[in-house]
Amino acid sequence: MLLHTVIRFVPSPHGGVLLGFAALAWRGARMPPDSEAELLTRLRAGDEEAFLVLVDRHQATMLRLARSFVPSAQVAEEVVQETWLGVLRGIDRFAGRSSLRTWLLAILVNRARSAGASEGRSVAVADVEPAVAASRFDGTGAWSQPPRDWVQESNERLDAAALADYLRDALGELPARQREVVLLRDVEGLTGAEVSEVLGVSEGNQRVLLHRGRSRLRQALEDRVEVA
Amino acid sequence: MLGRREIVCQEAVEMISDYIEGGLPRSQRRRLESHLAGCDHCDEYVRQMRETIRLAGRLEPEDVPPQMREELIELYRRWRAQEA
Repeated sequence: MLLHTVIRFVPSPHGGVLLGFAALAWRGARMPPDSEAELLTRLRAGDEEAFLVLVDRHQATMLRLARSFVPSAQVAEEVVQETWLGVLRGIDRFAGRSSLRTWLLAILVNRARSAGASEGRSVAVADVEPAVAASRFDGTGAWSQPPRDWVQESNERLDAAALADYLRDALGELPARQREVVLLRDVEGLTGAEVSEVLGVSEGNQRVLLHRGRSRLRQALEDRVEVA
Repeated sequence: MLGRREIVCQEAVEMISDYIEGGLPRSQRRRLESHLAGCDHCDEYVRQMRETIRLAGRLEPEDVPPQMREELIELYRRWRAQEA
């Protein structure tokens, strides 16, 4: 997509040179040795090794995401297997408009939802839920109980593993849709647009869910570090 | 900003995630930044949100069960056999 933008805006006659540099930079950033494009070509040609490289690259993310939709680790594994089968069957139709990761995660979400989704436990996007409890502000909207400095506290008193445990627990307690968005955006590092595509939600709803989920996680850490 | 009232803490906390995402319209971003410049508590809140996001990014994936890889190899070979 970046490349297309460059092609459209680079004027001639120097365009060729600029485009060359841009393409090089783009290749440099996006085409490591086992690049997606190369792996896809090999997979389409029936290369088992390419399949395993893709499995190793995406499996952990897929399992973690699947697990947030379904009630057990076993069902999550089944969903991941079905997803890979779907990927193999659909690989010739994959047009490369999105990244392979986005595409296969979207397949996974569809399978996971039909495999007994946890959406029932979810709260609707439209639910009004403040980032911080209203009781912590005074009548003018200023803090009456300001945030405790848990960042400093946690750095001094807690090891990284303990904090990670707190956070993992808190993530597990988020409403499903918030958890899915936070998982993909903040844990797995997808862009907001990719998250929207994978989960089939609008970018606006994606932002709202992300905001709610992050707010709850921050609060959970403040609570947990406080009692530690 | 003239004629627009200042935002209060309770409103500011609702804008922080979008602010960190770089998704606030410019006028709102300016109002928020002018609030943050004068409010230590909200500034601390931003720091905590950034720390929360940083910690989330460092969560290790759970271990992938080793037999899963074997099962996927089987799945791949069955699929190839059907395709052939």
